[in-house]
Amino acid sequence: MIRRAASLALGLALCGQPLAAQDHSDHSGHETPPAQAEPTDHSQHQAPPTTAPADPAPAQPAMDHSAHAMEPAPSAPPPPAAFEGPRHAADAIFGERAMAEARAQNHATHGEMKTGMVLIERLEARVAEGHDAYLWDLQGWYGGDIDRLVVKSEGEGAFGGPLGDAEVQALWSHAIGPYFDLQGGLRLDIEPELRSHLVLGVQGLAPYMWHVDGAVFVSDRGDFTARIEGEHDWKLTQRLILQPRAEFELAAQDIPERGIGAGLTKLEAGLRLRYEIRRELAPYVGVGYEAKLGQTADLARAAGEDPDGLALLIGLRAWF
Amino acid sequence: MDLSTSLISPQFTRRSLLGSAGLLAGAGLMMPAWARGSSLTHARNGFGELSGEVIDLSIAEHHFITGGRSGHAIAVNGTVPGPLIRLREGQNVRLNVTNTLAEDSSIHWHGLLLPFQFDGVPGVSFPGIKPGETFTYEFPIRQNGTYWWHSHSGLQEQAGHYGPIVIESAEPDPRYDRDYVVLLSEFSPLHPHEIARKLKVGEHYFNRQMLTATEGEMSGEERRMWAEMRMNPRDIADVTGATYTYLINGHGPADALEYLFTPGERIRLRIINGSAMSFFNVRIPGVPMTVIAADGQEVTEVEVDEFQIGTAETYDVIVTPGAGSHALVAEAMDRSGMGVASLTSHPGHRATPPPLRETPTLTMADMGMGHSMAGGPEEGGTMDHGAMNHDGVDHAAMGHDMGGTGADAGAGGAMDHSMRDLSKLPPDVKTGPGIDMVSPMPVDRMDFPGLGLDNVGHRVLRYTDLAAKTANPHRMPERQMEIHLTGNMERYMWSFDGKKFSAVTDDPIRFAFDERVRVKLVNDTMMAHPIHLHGHFFELVNGAGMMNQPLKHTVIVQPGSTATFDLTANEPGDWAFHCHLLYHMHAGMMQTVTVRPFPDRETGA
Repeated sequence: MIRRAASLALGLALCGQPLAAQDHSDHSGHETPPAQAEPTDHSQHQAPPTTAPADPAPAQPAMDHSAHAMEPAPSAPPPPAAFEGPRHAADAIFGERAMAEARAQNHATHGEMKTGMVLIERLEARVAEGHDAYLWDLQGWYGGDIDRLVVKSEGEGAFGGPLGDAEVQALWSHAIGPYFDLQGGLRLDIEPELRSHLVLGVQGLAPYMWHVDGAVFVSDRGDFTARIEGEHDWKLTQRLILQPRAEFELAAQDIPERGIGAGLTKLEAGLRLRYEIRRELAPYVGVGYEAKLGQTADLARAAGEDPDGLALLIGLRAWF
Repeated sequence: MDLSTSLISPQFTRRSLLGSAGLLAGAGLMMPAWARGSSLTHARNGFGELSGEVIDLSIAEHHFITGGRSGHAIAVNGTVPGPLIRLREGQNVRLNVTNTLAEDSSIHWHGLLLPFQFDGVPGVSFPGIKPGETFTYEFPIRQNGTYWWHSHSGLQEQAGHYGPIVIESAEPDPRYDRDYVVLLSEFSPLHPHEIARKLKVGEHYFNRQMLTATEGEMSGEERRMWAEMRMNPRDIADVTGATYTYLINGHGPADALEYLFTPGERIRLRIINGSAMSFFNVRIPGVPMTVIAADGQEVTEVEVDEFQIGTAETYDVIVTPGAGSHALVAEAMDRSGMGVASLTSHPGHRATPPPLRETPTLTMADMGMGHSMAGGPEEGGTMDHGAMNHDGVDHAAMGHDMGGTGADAGAGGAMDHSMRDLSKLPPDVKTGPGIDMVSPMPVDRMDFPGLGLDNVGHRVLRYTDLAAKTANPHRMPERQMEIHLTGNMERYMWSFDGKKFSAVTDDPIRFAFDERVRVKLVNDTMMAHPIHLHGHFFELVNGAGMMNQPLKHTVIVQPGSTATFDLTANEPGDWAFHCHLLYHMHAGMMQTVTVRPFPDRETGA
């Protein structure tokens, strides 16, 4: 139970003249003219909702006749008195500087938190007939809700052999919707040869909970290529997760030194079953199918290679 | 008032547990077993009691252990929770708060009416308390009831920086013989910043109760619909029993907390949800509870078997248990764990708590599809929601929604599957990546007992059961406004009207002094948010007569729903207004409410 009288008395004592809001004739000396303190963006805040029903309130019980007689209150902006005084109340008591510092600190703890993670999506051994290989696929990010720095790296090689492919991307990532980020930056291929690319892509969560990542690349030689991958986590139990994954690669032109023909160049499909010992640590087994496609497959066959093959996968998904 | 009891030593602690002195006859025999633990470096589980006109509090780093979990804690006067502050209506109090941490700290007096500069929110009401500094709060006590206090700096509250407040009424209350505080909270061995990071980097880190191929009853069709919308029907609690041990007065289930009583006694339980992130279902199986106050304010007595308490809410109940041991259970809303204590007439006899019930699953109503959009007979019972539709309150709300929105063709009719129709938002809501959903047909759900409690088969408290015991002044609202609760679960972004607190520091929600405004909160997310306004009590528009709308400082806005309150803005100054889920506030779900004019340097305090 609140002591209403005390409340009002205290309000009066603290406020000087709180009722000046109703009576502007006296004590107007220290009041800012309302118009001056009322920039448009303020009034905007309480603008009447265009689609809102006139009266959101549940009806009063039928007995309450006064409620029935009332017109619903208007969706009006705050009265001029609500704009009076300094910008921040506490500045008048503790000083502007001390309060400004505290407000600056508030930003970091009320919405501007920066954070990041490193996700090793796939660190795996690929056991296939005749040639066992390894692969890594990881990415890390740091930043806020909207803008982030993203680093991605992937590569593969044969056990006991040379590194086959290796690349690193450094991207600026900007949220363009609730589920998708636009990413742009640079990609550097270290193997099979040193090559740089411009990157423009999108990454995010598609309907039906598919994580997708697609990008187009323009190399320093002017070659256009693209890549799109998607994966879905299907929870069998809280810790056992079956993940179908597919990746396509495309090229806009032939790139002979890489054995690539224009068109769809490569498909990778995999099914991985992982067990989350913790969220951050999940070993997996799986099967993977990799196929060169179209002209790229023809080029492989001409070189005496198998254009496709199955592999048994053993790996680890981890993040920190 | 005794001015000397500013610091209570452990030997005093036991005496202080007895509750309202004078109300307990022969109480010396009955003492709960708090104040366990001895090492100086460890915070004690449980708390002592301070009263008088001068109270000293000291905030310090500590270590905390409960059950098998231990970790960093911030303790006040060496205990987690910090001391019970027991005051008397009409007294003045001076609280000297010393910060021995290496970072800024603060104490907010949750639910107290006071001058805004003593409200304790850094950056809003005062600059905060720097390391090594002492800040003195001084104000008259203008109310009675059950409240609490906590840090409003960073994530300190999660680490143990909170405690109860009891304000005795000026007149004695003859309705009970014994008075206990039941402060619900949670402890995690993880540092709060690590919890915040894990929420941000995603993957529903703490949720071990997701629907899986082998768990949860939901048709394939409905699962696909949820997946299509990129939403998780088990998105009930962000942080769960996977890391939390749920505490009652600082005691985990393994700590065997006892509340003693003599058969026949009427016991007042002051239940405070002082957790950072948890809603609790509170019940004492076999013992009905008579609710006498909500958020410290008296309500018309209503008897229930269970109630859901949102973060930062308080309820006072009176129980008259029979001889024996009864389990006092505070089950987390997502059923991932519970706080347990024994209400017993036999010291040392532990009551057996009931098992955890099955995790509830969200329904179409939680997506803001209204009651009439029942998706199917899944568990959680859209059918039940449909049935509730016939309560007067909801019916009226529905009627208004349908009548008032000519543009919303199809409302109440065909399935409107657009879960992000931005045209449904008022123009002042900032759209963008921070909003992953717009409730298509949000309705008032004050008659909803809480997620998972709509089909339990016994009496559960609903907001529509609450009515102020003493009449409020009769005043109709002079204007109305709408505030949208917005978020993006995947990115863990939370805001009001699509704008994080960091974006609106200089653009508060404005009220003129003594203005009466009807505020409608529209929840465009699939989580329940406990929305707290500092320094005021608002009246829930819950169907009670205008003069008996219950006074609250915190209101739960159910997922995809609306909740409306009437506010008489009669406390001048700047006040925090925020979601009381700590990590939601930390992500930006906060605003300043300003009531003008307020004192300037010349006229002010």
